Amino acid sequence: MNGARLYGRYVGASIRAQMQYPASFLMLTTGQFTITFVEFIGLWSLFRRFGQVDGWTIGQIAVFYGVVNISFAIADAATRGFDVFGTDFVKTGTFDRLLLRPRATALQLLGYELRVNRIGRLVQGLVVLGIGTSLSAIDWDVSKVFLLLATVAGGAALFIGILVLQATLAFWTVESLEVANILTYGGVEAAEYPLDIYSRYFRDFLIFVVPIGCVSYFPVERLLGQVDRMGAPNWMLAVSPIVGFIFLAVSLGIWQFGVRHYTSTGS
Amino acid sequence: MRGTSIFKNISPYLAVFRMRFLLMLQYRTAAVAGFATQCWWGLLKVMVFAAFYRSTIAHQPINFTQVVTYTWLGQAFLVLLPWNSDPEVVAMVRTGDVSYDRLRPLDTYFFWYVRAMGWMLARVVPRAAMMFVMAGLILPLVGLGNWRLGFPTGIEAALLFAPAMFSVLLLSSAMVMLLNIAVVATMNERGSNQLMVPLVNILSGSIVPLLFFPDWIQWLLFIQPFAGLVDIPYRIYFGNLSGITAIAGVVQQLIWTAILLLIGRRLMARVMSRLEVQGG
Repeated sequence: MNGARLYGRYVGASIRAQMQYPASFLMLTTGQFTITFVEFIGLWSLFRRFGQVDGWTIGQIAVFYGVVNISFAIADAATRGFDVFGTDFVKTGTFDRLLLRPRATALQLLGYELRVNRIGRLVQGLVVLGIGTSLSAIDWDVSKVFLLLATVAGGAALFIGILVLQATLAFWTVESLEVANILTYGGVEAAEYPLDIYSRYFRDFLIFVVPIGCVSYFPVERLLGQVDRMGAPNWMLAVSPIVGFIFLAVSLGIWQFGVRHYTSTGS
Repeated sequence: MRGTSIFKNISPYLAVFRMRFLLMLQYRTAAVAGFATQCWWGLLKVMVFAAFYRSTIAHQPINFTQVVTYTWLGQAFLVLLPWNSDPEVVAMVRTGDVSYDRLRPLDTYFFWYVRAMGWMLARVVPRAAMMFVMAGLILPLVGLGNWRLGFPTGIEAALLFAPAMFSVLLLSSAMVMLLNIAVVATMNERGSNQLMVPLVNILSGSIVPLLFFPDWIQWLLFIQPFAGLVDIPYRIYFGNLSGITAIAGVVQQLIWTAILLLIGRRLMARVMSRLEVQGG
């Protein structure tokens, strides 16, 4: 069985398990939707008062906001195994069992659980993106649809990469460190607004160190038919989502290094 | 209800408060990690507000300096909000240890209430102290003076802010008790917490100050219970509420605390009367 089919099996089992509690699933999904949607209400109330932010309208902001939330919802749903890696795998010694199986450890952890209730955030992102595209009158053509899909995929890859790095740290710290929340939840919150409104160090950090800007800011500018305000050439705006995949590949390389370094806790 | 015993002997309640407070102070790593996260969030919010304020000349309900102070106060006192039920109560309900608490000759509601207060206070004190140093002193030293957490507007504001923050502790613990009761009733904490988070977030003024919402709805926002968690005390701090309106704010907090205590005690009695103990 190849990797993709095995992952399909994992996902199927995980979904069936979560659907054993339909009421719980509905409640958690609604919760995910509401928790994220109230943030948009806050943003909307600011635009009512201020009109625009550095020349960006609410319709344009809604596109930035929607795209990054969709990306993160996908990554957040897929990476439960990496999220709990320190506490549930390293500390308990369960990781030994994964190593005994003739399959990639990263694949097994991805298959650990698909958090279906993250559909709540995904729907919220889609709703906001819908509002954004109608307000800012994007004329969709094939290339823009393709760019949107690539952006979402690149964004999901980047956030998965961050979670992989967080899990890798656990090889040394044993505990799950939640500092990565700054980059995941904090990164999403930052990328809900166009990066040019931030001060330079912060902006550079989100472009060159943890390149969230490459999977949200640059491609969305292109979707909105804008020229980059920081002077990046147009072709770069269109190809920048690829940086998300590169980030994920590098993260997986570091993960492999961590796996070789692993010594069981023996518990 | 065994409520009559409360005032006869207060010492067990003080003991559980003290014990929980000292225990929670041990978690230094968690406090530092939380502090780092809150710094990031604070800076992010400040930069967003800076962008909004430089984009308009329209009159705003509060000015930029005030909204920055509001933002840092929100980060400093973040864990003083009723985000989730008391993890100790959740664990007790899971293991069945809740029956021990029922056997004590104490009022379980107030026993848990002061325990929740100790839990919240111990978590907030180190984080708030670090945040006041960082946002109040260090930011101006590194040349970011206009992003700093300002001082209270005057003696009066400072004197009123203290009871307002104490009322936040009373009010928030009463809300945590409602979540605790939901845990006892449903054996699960996730559902009720998920319901509470968005309510607290939007109605307390944590996402944006309530003053930014439309003017016609302001009176309603002022009298609802969540306003007393964030919006009212912080507005007192920078003098947006002063004199009689500030006092009205604190009274609002205390009235809601009393109402929630009454509702909570009644619900608790009902839930406990059909309590099923798990485990063994």
